[in-house]
Amino acid sequence: MELFDYVVLGASHAGLEALRAIRAHDADGSIAVLDREARLPVSPTVLPYVVSGKCAADRVALRERSWFDTQRVDYRQQAAAAALDTANSRLRLADGREISYGKLLLATGAAPALPPIEGLSDVSFHVLRTLDDALALRDVASKAGRSAGRAVVLGAGLVGMHAAENLVRAGAGVTIVEMRGQVLPGYFDPLAAARIEAVFRDKGVEVLTGRRVKQVAPRDEGCTVLLDDGEARDADLLLAAAGVRPEVSYLAGSGVAVERGIVVDEFMRTVADNVWAAGDVVQTRSFFADGTPAGGILPDAVEQGRTAGMSMAGDPGVRPYPGGVSLNTYGFFGRRALSVGRDAPEQAGSEWDVLVRGGEGADGYLKLVLREGRLQGIFGVDVLFDPGIMWELILRRVEIGARRDALLENPQDTARALMSGLWR
Amino acid sequence: MSATPTISFDPARCDGCGDCMSACVSAKSTVEYIAQSRIRIVRDDEAGCWGVAQCRQCGDPRCASVCPAAALAKGDDGIVAWDAERCVNCLLCTAGCIYGGIAFSPAEGHVVKCDQCAGAPQCVSACTRGALRYVNAAKLYNRWGELEDLFVPGLGGCQGCNTELIMRHTLRRVGPNTVLATPPGCIPGMGSVGYNGMLGCKVPVFHPLLTNTASMLTGIRRQYRRKGRKVTALALAGDGGAGDVGFQSLSGAAERGEQILFVCVDNEGYMNTGAQRSGSTTYGAWTATTPVGDTGRGKTQDAKNLPLLMMWHGCEYVATASTAFMEDFYAKLEAALDASERGFAYLHLYSPCTSGWRFPSASNIEVARKAVETNFALLWEYRRDRGLRLSRDIDDPAPVTEYLELLGKFRHLDAAQTAHIQRHVAAQAQVLRDLAGMHQDDGLSHCCSSIVPQAVRHETGG
Ligand SMILES: Cc1cc2nc3c(=O)[nH]c(=O)nc-3n(C[C@H](O)[C@H](O)[C@H](O)COP(=O)(O)OP(=O)(O)OC[C@H]3O[C@@H](n4cnc5c(N)ncnc54)[C@H](O)[C@@H]3O)c2cc1C
Ligand code: SF4
Repeated sequence: MELFDYVVLGASHAGLEALRAIRAHDADGSIAVLDREARLPVSPTVLPYVVSGKCAADRVALRERSWFDTQRVDYRQQAAAAALDTANSRLRLADGREISYGKLLLATGAAPALPPIEGLSDVSFHVLRTLDDALALRDVASKAGRSAGRAVVLGAGLVGMHAAENLVRAGAGVTIVEMRGQVLPGYFDPLAAARIEAVFRDKGVEVLTGRRVKQVAPRDEGCTVLLDDGEARDADLLLAAAGVRPEVSYLAGSGVAVERGIVVDEFMRTVADNVWAAGDVVQTRSFFADGTPAGGILPDAVEQGRTAGMSMAGDPGVRPYPGGVSLNTYGFFGRRALSVGRDAPEQAGSEWDVLVRGGEGADGYLKLVLREGRLQGIFGVDVLFDPGIMWELILRRVEIGARRDALLENPQDTARALMSGLWR
Repeated sequence: MSATPTISFDPARCDGCGDCMSACVSAKSTVEYIAQSRIRIVRDDEAGCWGVAQCRQCGDPRCASVCPAAALAKGDDGIVAWDAERCVNCLLCTAGCIYGGIAFSPAEGHVVKCDQCAGAPQCVSACTRGALRYVNAAKLYNRWGELEDLFVPGLGGCQGCNTELIMRHTLRRVGPNTVLATPPGCIPGMGSVGYNGMLGCKVPVFHPLLTNTASMLTGIRRQYRRKGRKVTALALAGDGGAGDVGFQSLSGAAERGEQILFVCVDNEGYMNTGAQRSGSTTYGAWTATTPVGDTGRGKTQDAKNLPLLMMWHGCEYVATASTAFMEDFYAKLEAALDASERGFAYLHLYSPCTSGWRFPSASNIEVARKAVETNFALLWEYRRDRGLRLSRDIDDPAPVTEYLELLGKFRHLDAAQTAHIQRHVAAQAQVLRDLAGMHQDDGLSHCCSSIVPQAVRHETGG
């Protein structure tokens, strides 16, 4: 049986960053990276641009094969894990082959979660996670656009919003249905979300928040979508974008603990010996150690991948993963919304400070959230700042103190000045 | 891959004129648009300092790691290159960079970053203040190598000692127009004063008593001034010659504001004569005079904080530095040299002693680094007009035990002694935090406050 010192499962952001980190410390250990796809790695984040036609499908690979060769990594496509035997450090692939590992990283990401809607399995619908999904959606979207058809998008998260924009641009009539009270819940505060939503409405998108889909039923080539208040929408195209679930089907009976995702410690170790996990597949603890959403975003996958890789290779420079901070750079209809961190809780005590500029009608919107003088979150629409610096200010718990007004007024330069003094 | 070039920024020389930004804008603009400057000079009013946001061409660029379109990559030329064809404008790279080195430009409609203008950065050419330099990363150090080495080859130091590094680098920078004083200790022991009637260095050097280094330098400096000659009066002394036996003359010269550059190489004891304790020896440490045995458990007093004592003299400049952080040391040496033309400048260097502290000769820099990372040695800088400023973040130190474990002189420590040291280290860090935060209502313990009353500068010489 084949044996590798390191086996990385999943060649996307978490897995690729882990590879780099392993090689940075261990120049000689043998490494295999296995991916179920039959093509070079592609980021899920780039898929909306494949759907829109901005990116050609053959120009989106995250790495070329030569990169793996240079790193002396055995990169294998069509190698989907089917079962994991942690007691014998062995991985079984879908085609029956087995591979032994010294250390294993699980970086298999997530798959679309299908909402429990009556009749969903009887109609044809789309999801968006893989390149095949994107190509399929691209074709039907342009068809729906040409025939001025109707599309219904379930879920107003990033995937749903990106797809809705693509569909409108293609010429389709679009309805977004979101269970919670705003678009992009968890990513943006209600005011920022309202601004974004207004732009979508302007473009003719019907946005239904606080509404659930009760049932879907086939109709001609499409379906009819029945809402909880009795209203219905006809759809030539139905897209399910109601969140994701970790890709863990191969872990049954492996002893690797899974809750909302694979359970890991601060070095991304699972409960099983010699098994690490990183990226969308894990249950990410929030940096704020509260209920704020964490994980499920690309920068987290990279950070976790690096932490896991360093830990696997025994790199003494490894630092505990500080926990996830929600972070988004969202472009829509040529506008830009940025968010880092968390909003103040509903019943915020006096240690919280919320500063807002740009209400309705103003050019840009910006909201700063501080707790005990330290930055917790920043949300902006049409106001630019450096999310990376804000992220670091949050992680380092830097006191903003007297700079708070300057930060609200000119977040970009003020944060850069702070950065320049604090980390060189 | 060979060493690649970088643009370095010296905040002390920047006056915010903005010429670099104008140069960048004109270099990058086209007929269609006015470009956004790829370098941004920013002012921190609270701190009174200038800062810079610009791509640092990281060796391990995070912007590239988070790019979903593989539009960013570090090339063999060292430049992190951006590919317009591949970019999808998702702005994730701006979340990956913690330096503000890549940012969206509304006028250009995509992210922009510095590309060093194909080897001829326009911002650097435009900077007339010398705040921006275009240097090969390796040359950051080699720059010192190009300066004349003013010590003889082959100094007689203990294997692995960093004092040779300190001596050579200091004198290289301070230059030949110097009179050097090296009181008894490791430095003359290593050969600064020479052997057999031959000098150990290429500048006039003298060997004062352990007690009177600063007094002798005072007289020499004043005499040269009287003659109208600008000469740097430099002391390279150990902690005993500076802080114990030599303290009276040092304190006097500092208080009078003599124009002297006094460098203390602190190896926490009289190591040259067989490792006896000094006022700088830390609590619990084994030395020849604080032995470990049936009754003795090493030194029973805490070290005094000599650099802080010097700060309270209201010197022109006081700083602590470590050979594990050479760039920081260089910057401080530069500032100290400059300050010594106006008044007393004191530089305190931590110097792990391979023989006396009992650790392998290969790990000197590692020990020095751990001392800093655990807050055992705190790096800071005091300027008379700006107050005390921490040189690095001290809020998240590594456990002190990581440092103690490296050294044989602490091998015998019991739990109570370790706890004592931990308390002391934490207390010293708090003192520094408080000092750095003084007169700063925003609590950002960081920059530029005036804590010591402006020392009345006495007329020297004459
Ligand atoms: C449409 C869309 C838009 C997005 N936009 C953004 C955004 O703007 N910003 C942001 O931060 N995040 C965004 N995300 C989320 C981001 O893409 C993910 O957080 C990120 O890709 C997670 O990386 P990962 O490496 O953990 O997992 P993935 O990227 O999901 O990669 C998992 C890899 O594992 C492989 N794999 C899965 N199962 C197996 C198996 N059994 N055996 C072998 N290989 C397997 C897959 O083929 C894949 O290559 C978006 C996601 C989508 C779908
Ligand atoms: S904006 Fe362009 S360069 Fe930056 S991460 Fe997105 S695709 Fe990559």
